[in-house]
Amino acid sequence: MKICVTAKDKGMDSGIDPRFGRCAYFVIVDSESGSVNSFENTALDASGGAGIRAAEAVANLGAEALLTGSVGPNAFSILSEVGIEVRIGIKGTVADALNAYREGKLEAIDSPNASAHAGMK
Amino acid sequence: MKIAIASGKGGTGKTTVAVNLVLSVEGMQLFDCDVEEPNCNLFLGQELEKVEDVSCPVPVIDSDKCTLCGKCATFCRYNALAALPTGIMVFPFLCHGCGGCGLVCPEGAVQEEPRVLGVVEKGKTTAPLEFYRGLLNIGEAMATLVIRTLQEHIDASRPAIIDSPPGVACPVIAAVGNADYCVLVTESTPFGFHDFKLAVEVVKLMKIPFGVVINRDGLGDSRVEDFCRAEKIPILLKIPNDMRIARLYSEGIPFVEEMPGWKEKFAAMFKAIESGSESGVMNA
Repeated sequence: MKICVTAKDKGMDSGIDPRFGRCAYFVIVDSESGSVNSFENTALDASGGAGIRAAEAVANLGAEALLTGSVGPNAFSILSEVGIEVRIGIKGTVADALNAYREGKLEAIDSPNASAHAGMK
Repeated sequence: MKIAIASGKGGTGKTTVAVNLVLSVEGMQLFDCDVEEPNCNLFLGQELEKVEDVSCPVPVIDSDKCTLCGKCATFCRYNALAALPTGIMVFPFLCHGCGGCGLVCPEGAVQEEPRVLGVVEKGKTTAPLEFYRGLLNIGEAMATLVIRTLQEHIDASRPAIIDSPPGVACPVIAAVGNADYCVLVTESTPFGFHDFKLAVEVVKLMKIPFGVVINRDGLGDSRVEDFCRAEKIPILLKIPNDMRIARLYSEGIPFVEEMPGWKEKFAAMFKAIESGSESGVMNA
Protein backbone atom coordinates (compact mmCIF):
# COMPACT_ATOMS: atom_id res chain seq x y z
CA MET A 1 0.00 0.00 0.00
CA LYS A 2 1.33 3.43 -1.00
CA ILE A 3 1.07 6.06 1.72
CA CYS A 4 1.65 9.76 0.95
CA VAL A 5 2.90 12.19 3.61
CA THR A 6 3.05 15.96 3.00
CA ALA A 7 6.53 17.24 3.87
CA LYS A 8 8.86 20.21 3.85
CA ASP A 9 11.70 18.25 2.24
CA LYS A 10 12.61 14.84 0.77
CA GLY A 11 12.84 11.57 2.68
CA MET A 12 11.77 9.92 5.92
CA ASP A 13 13.61 12.36 8.22
CA SER A 14 12.07 15.47 6.67
CA GLY A 15 9.73 17.61 8.76
CA ILE A 16 6.06 17.27 7.84
CA ASP A 17 4.12 20.13 6.23
CA PRO A 18 0.55 20.33 7.57
CA ARG A 19 -0.70 22.05 4.39
CA PHE A 20 -1.77 19.73 1.60
CA GLY A 21 -2.06 21.86 -1.56
CA ARG A 22 0.97 24.02 -0.85
CA CYS A 23 3.37 21.58 0.81
CA ALA A 24 6.87 21.35 -0.73
CA TYR A 25 7.09 17.56 -1.20
CA PHE A 26 4.98 14.44 -1.28
CA VAL A 27 6.91 11.58 0.35
CA ILE A 28 5.42 8.28 -0.81
CA VAL A 29 6.20 5.17 1.19
CA ASP A 30 5.30 1.71 -0.04
CA SER A 31 4.38 -0.28 3.08
CA GLU A 32 5.05 -3.64 1.40
CA SER A 33 8.41 -2.99 -0.27
CA GLY A 34 9.54 -0.29 2.14
CA SER A 35 10.59 1.96 -0.74
CA VAL A 36 10.56 5.73 -0.15
CA ASN A 37 10.12 8.18 -3.02
CA SER A 38 9.87 11.97 -2.74
CA PHE A 39 8.12 14.12 -5.34
CA GLU A 40 8.19 17.91 -5.61
CA ASN A 41 4.75 19.49 -5.39
CA THR A 42 4.54 21.62 -8.53
CA ALA A 43 1.30 23.19 -7.28
CA LEU A 44 3.21 24.98 -4.51
CA ASP A 45 3.33 28.32 -6.33
CA ALA A 46 0.01 28.09 -8.20
CA SER A 47 -1.97 31.33 -8.09
CA GLY A 48 -5.12 29.29 -7.57
CA GLY A 49 -6.32 25.72 -7.62
CA ALA A 50 -3.20 24.40 -5.83
CA GLY A 51 -5.24 21.78 -3.97
CA ILE A 52 -6.66 20.48 -7.25
CA ARG A 53 -3.25 20.15 -8.86
CA ALA A 54 -1.78 18.54 -5.71
CA ALA A 55 -4.64 16.03 -5.38
CA GLU A 56 -4.31 15.18 -9.06
CA ALA A 57 -0.60 14.47 -8.56
CA VAL A 58 -1.16 12.29 -5.49
CA ALA A 59 -3.91 10.36 -7.29
CA ASN A 60 -1.67 9.74 -10.31
CA LEU A 61 1.21 8.62 -8.08
CA GLY A 62 -1.06 5.80 -6.96
CA ALA A 63 -1.31 6.74 -3.29
CA GLU A 64 -4.02 4.91 -1.34
CA ALA A 65 -3.70 6.91 1.88
CA LEU A 66 -2.80 10.57 2.49
CA LEU A 67 -1.39 11.73 5.83
CA THR A 68 -1.51 15.51 6.17
CA GLY A 69 -2.78 18.42 8.29
CA SER A 70 -5.57 20.04 6.31
CA VAL A 71 -7.42 19.49 3.05
CA GLY A 72 -9.67 22.04 1.33
CA PRO A 73 -12.94 21.39 -0.51
CA ASN A 74 -11.67 21.07 -4.11
CA ALA A 75 -8.79 18.79 -3.17
CA PHE A 76 -11.06 16.68 -0.99
CA SER A 77 -13.54 16.12 -3.83
CA ILE A 78 -10.73 14.65 -5.95
CA LEU A 79 -9.33 12.49 -3.13
CA SER A 80 -12.75 11.05 -2.37
CA GLU A 81 -13.52 10.53 -6.10
CA VAL A 82 -10.36 8.46 -6.44
CA GLY A 83 -10.93 6.73 -3.10
CA ILE A 84 -7.83 7.90 -1.23
CA GLU A 85 -8.12 7.55 2.56
CA VAL A 86 -7.38 10.93 4.22
CA ARG A 87 -5.89 11.11 7.73
CA ILE A 88 -5.03 14.33 9.56
CA GLY A 89 -3.08 15.41 12.64
CA ILE A 90 0.50 14.60 11.58
CA LYS A 91 3.41 15.99 13.64
CA GLY A 92 7.22 15.82 13.63
CA THR A 93 8.92 13.96 10.77
CA VAL A 94 7.59 11.80 7.94
CA ALA A 95 8.70 8.74 9.96
CA ASP A 96 6.74 10.03 12.99
CA ALA A 97 3.64 10.46 10.81
CA LEU A 98 3.89 6.90 9.49
CA ASN A 99 4.32 5.50 13.01
CA ALA A 100 1.28 7.45 14.20
CA TYR A 101 -0.70 6.08 11.24
CA ARG A 102 0.32 2.48 11.97
CA GLU A 103 -0.64 2.94 15.61
CA GLY A 104 -4.07 4.25 14.54
CA LYS A 105 -3.49 7.65 16.11
CA LEU A 106 -4.41 9.76 13.07
CA GLU A 107 -7.99 10.89 12.63
CA ALA A 108 -9.77 9.89 9.41
CA ILE A 109 -11.90 12.62 7.77
CA ASP A 110 -14.80 12.25 5.36
CA SER A 111 -15.18 15.93 4.51
CA PRO A 112 -12.75 18.85 3.96
CA ASN A 113 -11.27 20.28 7.18
CA ALA A 114 -10.02 23.59 5.71
CA SER A 115 -11.59 26.37 3.65
CA ALA A 116 -10.49 27.29 0.13
CA HIS A 117 -7.20 29.24 0.07
CA ALA A 118 -6.38 28.28 3.71
CA GLY A 119 -2.91 27.10 2.65
CA MET A 120 -2.01 30.59 1.40
CA LYS A 121 -2.13 32.13 4.87
CA MET B 1 -16.06 59.91 -25.90
CA LYS B 2 -15.67 57.39 -23.05
CA ILE B 3 -14.68 58.78 -19.66
CA ALA B 4 -13.85 56.36 -16.85
CA ILE B 5 -14.17 57.43 -13.21
CA ALA B 6 -11.64 55.56 -11.04
CA SER B 7 -9.92 56.11 -7.70
CA GLY B 8 -7.66 53.53 -6.16
CA LYS B 9 -9.12 53.80 -2.66
CA GLY B 10 -12.80 52.91 -2.31
CA GLY B 11 -15.29 55.42 -0.95
CA THR B 12 -13.58 58.52 -2.35
CA GLY B 13 -16.61 59.54 -4.43
CA LYS B 14 -16.45 57.80 -7.83
CA THR B 15 -20.18 57.22 -7.92
CA THR B 16 -20.87 60.76 -6.65
CA VAL B 17 -18.81 62.21 -9.51
CA ALA B 18 -20.21 59.80 -12.13
CA VAL B 19 -23.86 60.37 -11.23
CA ASN B 20 -23.63 64.14 -10.80
CA LEU B 21 -21.68 64.43 -14.05
CA VAL B 22 -24.22 62.54 -16.16
CA LEU B 23 -27.04 64.60 -14.66
CA SER B 24 -25.24 67.83 -15.62
CA VAL B 25 -24.80 67.17 -19.34
CA GLU B 26 -27.51 66.33 -21.89
CA GLY B 27 -27.59 63.00 -23.73
CA MET B 28 -25.15 61.04 -21.57
CA GLN B 29 -24.84 57.30 -21.07
CA LEU B 30 -23.83 55.90 -17.68
CA PHE B 31 -22.31 52.42 -17.21
CA ASP B 32 -21.97 51.18 -13.64
CA CYS B 33 -18.99 48.83 -13.99
CA ASP B 34 -18.56 48.27 -10.24
CA VAL B 35 -20.29 44.95 -10.85
CA GLU B 36 -19.58 43.50 -7.41
CA GLU B 37 -21.45 46.36 -5.76
CA PRO B 38 -23.14 48.60 -8.35
CA ASN B 39 -24.62 51.56 -6.48
CA CYS B 40 -25.29 54.28 -9.07
CA ASN B 41 -28.96 53.35 -9.08
CA LEU B 42 -29.27 54.23 -5.40
CA PHE B 43 -29.09 57.82 -6.68
CA LEU B 44 -30.96 57.37 -9.97
CA GLY B 45 -33.81 55.23 -8.66
CA GLN B 46 -34.55 53.79 -12.09
CA GLU B 47 -36.65 50.71 -12.66
CA LEU B 48 -34.29 48.14 -14.17
CA GLU B 49 -34.85 45.43 -16.77
CA LYS B 50 -32.58 42.56 -17.74
CA VAL B 51 -30.76 42.98 -21.05
CA GLU B 52 -28.78 39.74 -21.09
CA ASP B 53 -27.16 37.07 -18.95
CA VAL B 54 -23.38 37.05 -18.78
CA SER B 55 -22.04 33.55 -19.08
CA CYS B 56 -18.67 31.87 -19.19
CA PRO B 57 -18.15 28.85 -21.50
CA VAL B 58 -16.96 25.97 -19.29
CA PRO B 59 -15.69 22.57 -20.45
CA VAL B 60 -17.77 19.42 -20.43
CA ILE B 61 -15.82 16.23 -21.12
CA ASP B 62 -17.21 13.56 -23.44
CA SER B 63 -15.98 10.47 -21.59
CA ASP B 64 -16.56 8.25 -24.64
CA LYS B 65 -13.98 10.21 -26.63
CA CYS B 66 -11.59 11.10 -23.77
CA THR B 67 -8.43 8.97 -23.59
CA LEU B 68 -7.27 10.54 -20.26
CA CYS B 69 -4.15 11.98 -21.89
CA GLY B 70 -4.39 14.93 -19.50
CA LYS B 71 -3.38 17.63 -22.01
CA CYS B 72 -6.40 19.75 -21.07
CA ALA B 73 -5.51 19.73 -17.36
CA THR B 74 -1.83 20.44 -18.03
CA PHE B 75 -2.78 23.39 -20.22
CA CYS B 76 -5.19 25.03 -17.75
CA ARG B 77 -3.28 27.68 -15.80
CA TYR B 78 -6.25 28.17 -13.47
CA ASN B 79 -6.25 24.48 -12.53
CA ALA B 80 -9.93 24.13 -13.41
CA LEU B 81 -9.39 20.59 -14.71
CA ALA B 82 -7.87 17.55 -13.03
CA ALA B 83 -6.80 14.48 -15.01
CA LEU B 84 -7.35 11.50 -12.68
CA PRO B 85 -6.98 7.77 -13.28
CA THR B 86 -10.80 7.61 -13.15
CA GLY B 87 -11.58 10.50 -15.50
CA ILE B 88 -11.30 14.25 -16.00
CA MET B 89 -12.84 16.31 -13.18
CA VAL B 90 -13.97 19.85 -13.99
CA PHE B 91 -14.08 22.73 -11.47
CA PRO B 92 -16.28 25.27 -13.28
CA PHE B 93 -15.83 28.01 -10.63
CA LEU B 94 -12.13 28.25 -11.50
CA CYS B 95 -12.65 28.31 -15.28
CA HIS B 96 -11.98 31.62 -17.05
CA GLY B 97 -13.60 30.44 -20.28
CA CYS B 98 -10.51 30.76 -22.49
CA GLY B 99 -11.36 27.62 -24.47
CA GLY B 100 -7.73 26.41 -24.43
CA CYS B 101 -8.61 22.94 -23.11
CA GLY B 102 -10.77 22.34 -26.17
CA LEU B 103 -8.02 23.54 -28.52
CA VAL B 104 -5.34 21.24 -27.08
CA CYS B 105 -7.60 18.14 -26.86
CA PRO B 106 -6.46 15.76 -29.63
CA GLU B 107 -9.69 13.74 -29.43
CA GLY B 108 -12.27 16.52 -29.70
CA ALA B 109 -13.63 15.39 -26.33
CA VAL B 110 -14.07 18.86 -24.81
CA GLN B 111 -17.45 20.48 -25.38
CA GLU B 112 -18.46 23.79 -23.84
CA GLU B 113 -21.58 24.84 -22.05
CA PRO B 114 -22.42 28.33 -20.77
CA ARG B 115 -22.32 28.96 -17.02
CA VAL B 116 -24.21 32.12 -16.03
CA LEU B 117 -22.25 34.29 -13.60
CA GLY B 118 -23.92 37.66 -13.86
CA VAL B 119 -26.35 39.90 -15.68
CA VAL B 120 -26.46 43.17 -17.62
CA GLU B 121 -29.38 45.43 -16.70
CA LYS B 122 -30.72 48.65 -18.18
CA GLY B 123 -32.75 51.49 -16.75
CA LYS B 124 -36.25 51.64 -18.26
CA THR B 125 -36.08 55.44 -18.44
CA THR B 126 -33.94 56.59 -21.36
CA ALA B 127 -34.16 60.36 -20.82
CA PRO B 128 -32.37 62.44 -19.63
CA LEU B 129 -29.74 59.71 -19.55
CA GLU B 130 -29.30 56.11 -20.55
CA PHE B 131 -28.22 53.84 -17.70
CA TYR B 132 -26.73 50.34 -17.81
CA ARG B 133 -25.19 48.30 -15.06
CA GLY B 134 -23.55 44.90 -14.59
CA LEU B 135 -24.21 42.64 -11.64
CA LEU B 136 -21.92 39.76 -10.72
CA ASN B 137 -23.67 36.87 -8.96
CA ILE B 138 -22.80 36.38 -5.30
CA GLY B 139 -19.87 34.00 -4.82
CA GLU B 140 -18.50 34.53 -8.33
CA ALA B 141 -15.00 35.92 -8.88
CA MET B 142 -14.85 36.87 -12.54
CA ALA B 143 -15.95 40.51 -12.59
CA THR B 144 -14.00 41.22 -15.78
CA LEU B 145 -16.29 39.18 -18.02
CA VAL B 146 -19.38 41.04 -16.74
CA ILE B 147 -17.61 44.38 -17.22
CA ARG B 148 -16.55 43.56 -20.79
CA THR B 149 -20.04 42.36 -21.70
CA LEU B 150 -21.58 45.48 -20.16
CA GLN B 151 -19.29 47.77 -22.15
CA GLU B 152 -20.43 46.19 -25.43
CA HIS B 153 -23.60 48.26 -24.93
CA ILE B 154 -21.77 51.59 -25.16
CA ASP B 155 -23.06 53.69 -28.05
CA ALA B 156 -19.82 55.20 -29.37
CA SER B 157 -21.65 58.11 -31.03
CA ARG B 158 -22.54 59.61 -27.64
CA PRO B 159 -20.55 60.44 -24.50
CA ALA B 160 -20.35 57.59 -22.01
CA ILE B 161 -19.36 57.71 -18.35
CA ILE B 162 -17.92 54.53 -16.86
CA ASP B 163 -18.12 54.18 -13.07
CA SER B 164 -15.19 51.87 -12.21
CA PRO B 165 -14.70 49.48 -9.29
CA PRO B 166 -12.23 50.56 -6.58
CA GLY B 167 -8.67 49.27 -6.43
CA VAL B 168 -6.17 48.78 -9.24
CA ALA B 169 -6.69 45.07 -10.03
CA CYS B 170 -8.16 43.25 -13.05
CA PRO B 171 -11.74 44.63 -12.76
CA VAL B 172 -10.38 48.20 -12.87
CA ILE B 173 -8.18 47.42 -15.87
CA ALA B 174 -11.26 45.97 -17.63
CA ALA B 175 -13.36 49.02 -16.74
CA VAL B 176 -10.91 51.78 -17.70
CA GLY B 177 -9.09 49.84 -20.43
CA ASN B 178 -10.73 51.36 -23.47
CA ALA B 179 -11.59 54.77 -22.04
CA ASP B 180 -10.48 57.92 -23.83
CA TYR B 181 -9.95 59.72 -20.54
CA CYS B 182 -9.82 58.81 -16.88
CA VAL B 183 -10.98 60.97 -13.98
CA LEU B 184 -9.29 59.93 -10.73
CA VAL B 185 -11.34 60.84 -7.68
CA THR B 186 -9.39 61.12 -4.45
CA GLU B 187 -9.35 62.69 -1.02
CA SER B 188 -6.32 64.26 0.60
CA THR B 189 -5.89 61.75 3.42
CA PRO B 190 -2.90 59.41 3.91
CA PHE B 191 -4.87 56.39 2.70
CA GLY B 192 -6.51 58.30 -0.16
CA PHE B 193 -3.15 59.64 -1.31
CA HIS B 194 -1.40 56.27 -1.08
CA ASP B 195 -3.96 54.54 -3.31
CA PHE B 196 -4.25 57.58 -5.60
CA LYS B 197 -0.58 57.19 -6.48
CA LEU B 198 -1.17 53.53 -7.38
CA ALA B 199 -4.07 54.57 -9.62
CA VAL B 200 -1.86 57.22 -11.28
CA GLU B 201 0.71 54.52 -12.07
CA VAL B 202 -1.98 52.36 -13.67
CA VAL B 203 -3.40 55.04 -15.97
CA LYS B 204 0.10 56.15 -16.97
CA LEU B 205 1.02 52.57 -17.87
CA MET B 206 -2.18 52.27 -19.89
CA LYS B 207 -1.43 55.60 -21.59
CA ILE B 208 -4.86 57.02 -20.76
CA PRO B 209 -4.97 60.81 -20.37
CA PHE B 210 -6.20 61.69 -16.89
CA GLY B 211 -7.05 64.43 -14.44
CA VAL B 212 -8.09 64.58 -10.81
CA VAL B 213 -11.18 65.46 -8.80
CA ILE B 214 -10.46 66.17 -5.14
CA ASN B 215 -13.47 65.17 -3.07
CA ARG B 216 -14.11 66.28 0.52
CA ASP B 217 -11.74 69.15 -0.17
CA GLY B 218 -10.67 70.77 3.10
CA LEU B 219 -10.35 67.41 4.83
CA GLY B 220 -6.82 66.21 5.56
CA ASP B 221 -3.94 68.20 4.14
CA SER B 222 -2.52 69.47 0.84
CA ARG B 223 -0.52 66.38 -0.14
CA VAL B 224 -2.65 65.50 -3.18
CA GLU B 225 -2.49 69.04 -4.56
CA ASP B 226 1.25 69.27 -3.93
CA PHE B 227 1.78 65.99 -5.74
CA CYS B 228 -0.42 67.00 -8.69
CA ARG B 229 1.39 70.32 -9.03
CA ALA B 230 4.78 68.60 -9.01
CA GLU B 231 3.65 65.96 -11.52
CA LYS B 232 1.72 68.48 -13.68
CA ILE B 233 -1.53 66.57 -13.24
CA PRO B 234 -4.57 68.79 -13.86
CA ILE B 235 -7.03 69.22 -10.99
CA LEU B 236 -10.39 69.24 -12.75
CA LEU B 237 -12.69 69.97 -9.83
CA LYS B 238 -12.75 70.26 -6.05
CA ILE B 239 -15.86 69.15 -4.16
CA PRO B 240 -15.85 70.64 -0.65
CA ASN B 241 -16.18 68.63 2.56
CA ASP B 242 -19.68 70.04 2.99
CA MET B 243 -22.35 68.83 5.42
CA ARG B 244 -25.12 69.56 2.93
CA ILE B 245 -23.50 67.41 0.22
CA ALA B 246 -23.00 64.61 2.77
CA ARG B 247 -26.63 64.82 3.91
CA LEU B 248 -27.97 64.68 0.34
CA TYR B 249 -25.69 61.71 -0.34
CA SER B 250 -27.05 59.88 2.70
CA GLU B 251 -30.57 60.46 1.37
CA GLY B 252 -29.65 59.13 -2.09
CA ILE B 253 -30.07 62.53 -3.76
CA PRO B 254 -27.45 63.65 -6.35
CA PHE B 255 -26.34 67.01 -4.99
CA VAL B 256 -26.48 68.80 -8.39
CA GLU B 257 -30.27 68.46 -8.17
CA GLU B 258 -30.45 70.53 -4.97
CA MET B 259 -27.44 72.81 -5.04
CA PRO B 260 -27.53 75.44 -7.79
CA GLY B 261 -24.32 76.12 -9.65
CA TRP B 262 -22.92 72.61 -9.45
CA LYS B 263 -24.44 71.43 -12.75
CA GLU B 264 -22.51 74.21 -14.45
CA LYS B 265 -19.29 73.15 -12.73
CA PHE B 266 -19.66 69.52 -13.79
CA ALA B 267 -20.67 70.56 -17.32
CA ALA B 268 -17.60 72.82 -17.52
CA MET B 269 -15.39 69.94 -16.42
CA PHE B 270 -16.90 67.72 -19.12
CA LYS B 271 -16.39 70.42 -21.79
CA ALA B 272 -12.77 70.86 -20.74
CA ILE B 273 -12.13 67.10 -20.95
CA GLU B 274 -13.97 66.77 -24.27
CA SER B 275 -12.09 69.66 -25.88
CA GLY B 276 -8.75 68.61 -24.42
CA SER B 277 -8.28 72.04 -22.86
CA GLU B 278 -7.73 70.62 -19.38
CA SER B 279 -4.33 69.38 -20.67
CA GLY B 280 -4.69 65.86 -19.26
CA VAL B 281 -1.44 64.09 -18.47
CA MET B 282 -0.77 61.37 -21.01
CA ASN B 283 2.53 59.74 -20.26
CA ALA B 284 4.71 61.83 -18.01
